[in-house]
Amino acid sequence: MMRRTITRAGTTSVAIASLVALSACGGSGGSDGGGGADAWILTGGGWPNIDADFERWNEQAEGDQQISVEDFENDAYKERIRNVVGSGEAPTLIMSWTGGALNDYVEQDRVVDLSEHTGDLEDRVYESVWQNGVVDDSVYAVPLNDVQPVVMYYNQAVFDDAGIDVPTTWSEVEDAIEVFDSEGVTPFSVAGASVWPALMWLQYLTDRHGGEGVFDAVVQGESEAWSNESIIFALEELQTLATDGGFDADTFTGVDAGQNEDARLLADGEAAMLLQGSWVYATVHSDFPEFAESGDFGFTSFPELEDGAGDPSNLVGNPANFWSVSADASEEEQQVATDYISEWLYNDEMVDSLVDSGGLPPLNDIEDELSASDDGDFLSFADEQVAQANHFQLSWDQAVAPEVAQPLMENLENILLGNITPEEFAENMNAYQD
Amino acid sequence: MALPAVLFFGLFALVPLLGVLVLSFASWDGLGAPSFVGLDNWFRVLERPQTHSSLMLTMGFVALSYLVQAPVALMLGVFMAGQQRYRAFLSVLFFLPLLFSSVAVGLTFQALLSPNYGISSALPFDWLPAQWLGNPQLALYVVIFVVAWCFVPFHALLYQAGVRQIPATIYEAATIDGAGRVRQFFSITLPQLRYTIITSSTLMLVGSLTYFDLIFVLTQGGPGSATRILPLDMYITGFRNFDMGGASVIAVILVAVGLSLSLLLNKISGSSKMESDKAGL
Repeated sequence: MMRRTITRAGTTSVAIASLVALSACGGSGGSDGGGGADAWILTGGGWPNIDADFERWNEQAEGDQQISVEDFENDAYKERIRNVVGSGEAPTLIMSWTGGALNDYVEQDRVVDLSEHTGDLEDRVYESVWQNGVVDDSVYAVPLNDVQPVVMYYNQAVFDDAGIDVPTTWSEVEDAIEVFDSEGVTPFSVAGASVWPALMWLQYLTDRHGGEGVFDAVVQGESEAWSNESIIFALEELQTLATDGGFDADTFTGVDAGQNEDARLLADGEAAMLLQGSWVYATVHSDFPEFAESGDFGFTSFPELEDGAGDPSNLVGNPANFWSVSADASEEEQQVATDYISEWLYNDEMVDSLVDSGGLPPLNDIEDELSASDDGDFLSFADEQVAQANHFQLSWDQAVAPEVAQPLMENLENILLGNITPEEFAENMNAYQD
Repeated sequence: MALPAVLFFGLFALVPLLGVLVLSFASWDGLGAPSFVGLDNWFRVLERPQTHSSLMLTMGFVALSYLVQAPVALMLGVFMAGQQRYRAFLSVLFFLPLLFSSVAVGLTFQALLSPNYGISSALPFDWLPAQWLGNPQLALYVVIFVVAWCFVPFHALLYQAGVRQIPATIYEAATIDGAGRVRQFFSITLPQLRYTIITSSTLMLVGSLTYFDLIFVLTQGGPGSATRILPLDMYITGFRNFDMGGASVIAVILVAVGLSLSLLLNKISGSSKMESDKAGL
C-alpha cells in the first residue's frame, strides 16, 4: 500500500514538474519585457571568444542593458533558428551566415535595417566581407567573428618524397596527380561522406573557370543558370577527380569531416593536399600537433586555371557569421543590440582573443597584430588572401534560398557517387530557379 | 488519478498529432504563416520518387531488422534464462549495448567502420570491404546490423523474463517423457513464450518503422539516399528542405502505418482474448 502511494505521488509530481517546465518554455521567447536583450551563439570553434566578449559587455552594462546568451550546437541552431524567427520568438540578436536565410528574413520583415547603427564598423571591415550583410543597399547584418576562407593545405614531406613542387596551376595539379598515383599516395584528401567539403571544390572550379558571375546568375534566379558551361566543367572535373585518382576512389565517400578524418589523412602523409576551411588550421594544431610543428604543414591558395575567365584571387568560404537585430524584439531590446553592435563589436580585447585562438577578424587595421601572433604565418597569409580577394564567395549552400540547400547537397552527393551526370545535376537544380 | 496521464497524453500525443494532420494540408516553410493548400501536399509527396524509394527502404529495413533481431534475441534470452556456466558473466556482456546512448553508438561505429582508420585497415583481411557506410549497396545492411546490436539485448531481456516464468515442472515432466532439449524448446518454450513473442515483435516492428536517431548519426540517410527510410525522409523534408507540409504528410503516413501494424499484430495474435497459457497447472 505504502509503495503504491509513493508511485502515485511520484507520478503526480513528475506531471506537475513537466507542466511547469512546459509553461516556462513558452515564456522564455524573445520579448519578456524585463529589459535587456538576448543572443544565441554556437559552441566550438572560436565561439567561446564571443561568449567571453558578451560577459565583458555585461560586466560594464546596467541591468536593463544586459545581454543574455545561450549557446547551441551548429546543426541544432540551424534547425531551430528558422522556427523561432518565423514565430516571432527570435532572440534579439539573430546570427546567420547571410545569404538565402538573410534574404528571407529581410523579405519577411523579421530583421531591422542597421544602416544607421553600425558606427565606424563599415570602414574597418573588409569590403568583400561587409557586402554579404547588405540587402537592397541597406545593411541588415554585420560580421561578428573571424573570416573563414577555404585554402589548400599540403604536406611538404609528401611532396619532397615525390620530388615535385606544390602545384599552382591546374595543369600542374594534373601532373602531380599522375606522380602521386604512381607513388601510391592520394593526391587530395576529401571528406566525401560529409559532402560539403566537395562543394568547396565545385565552387572553386566554377569560379576559376567562369568567374563570380556564374553563381551570381544562380542567386539572381536566372532560368537554366545551373547549366552554365563553367558549372558543367566543374562537375565534370569533380567526377574525374573522384574516379581517376585525384581523390581516393575506394574510400573518399566514407571519410567524415566531423571526425577530422580528412585532416588526419594529410597529417599521416596518406594524402598530399587538402582543400578545407581556415578553421582546419586550428584543428591540425590541436589534433595533430606533431605534424603541425614538423614544418611540413603548408598552406596555399587554390590553383589557377589556365585560360579560366575567373580571377585567381577570388576566394570561397564563409566570410564570417553575422548579427542581425530582430524586428520582433521590443524597442528597448533593439536599442541594446544596436548599442552592442555600434560601440562594442570588435573591441580590442575581443580582437586579441580571436587572433590568439587562430582566428582572423575581417578587419583592415590589424596587420601588425596578426604578424606578431603565434600563428602569424598563417594569419598573415589568410589576411592577405582576404585583403586581395576580388570577390569572396559565400558557401553556395548558404547563399541559395534555404529550401534549395538540401537538394543542392543531395545532387552533389550523387555526382560524387557517379549516380548522375553533370547535365542531370544542372537539370535537377534548374527546377528550383524561379 | 488518471487525470495527469490523460493530460499528458493529450498534450504530448494528441495535440501534436492533430497539429501535424492540419499541417499536412498547409504549405509552410517554417517562416511566415502557413497557408491552406488542400490536398496539394498529399499528391506531391505521394508522387515523389523519393517517397517511393523511402517506403521500399523502410519495408526492407523493418522486415530485415525483424528477421535478424527476433531469432537472435530469442536464442540469447533462452540462454540467459538457463543455468550454464559463465551465463551471468556473458549476460552482462550481452546487456551492455543497451546502456549506451545511440549517438555514442553511432559515432563509435562510424569510427570503427571508417575506411582509412577502421577495422578494414586494421585487420589483415583483404576481402573486407574498404567502405562500409560509404558504399550505397552495403550501407543499409550495416545499419541493420548496428541497430540490431543495440536492440537485441532489450528483447533478449524480455525473453529471459518470459522463459523464467515457465514452470520447471513442465520441463521435468517432458524429461521423464523422454523429450530432448530441442524438442523441449519447440514444444514447451516457444508455445509458452507466445505472449512475450507478440510483445517483442510489436515493439520491434513498430520501433524499426519509426527508428531515427542511430541512422541519423551513422549515415544521415546517405550515401545518396541509400539509407533514407521514411522517418529520416520526414526529418530531411521538414527541417532541411523547410517543407513542413510535405513532412507532415509523411508523418501522418507513418502514424497510420504504425497504428495499423500494431492493431494487426494484436488481431492475428488473438491477444485481445487474453487466454491463460498456463491453464491446468
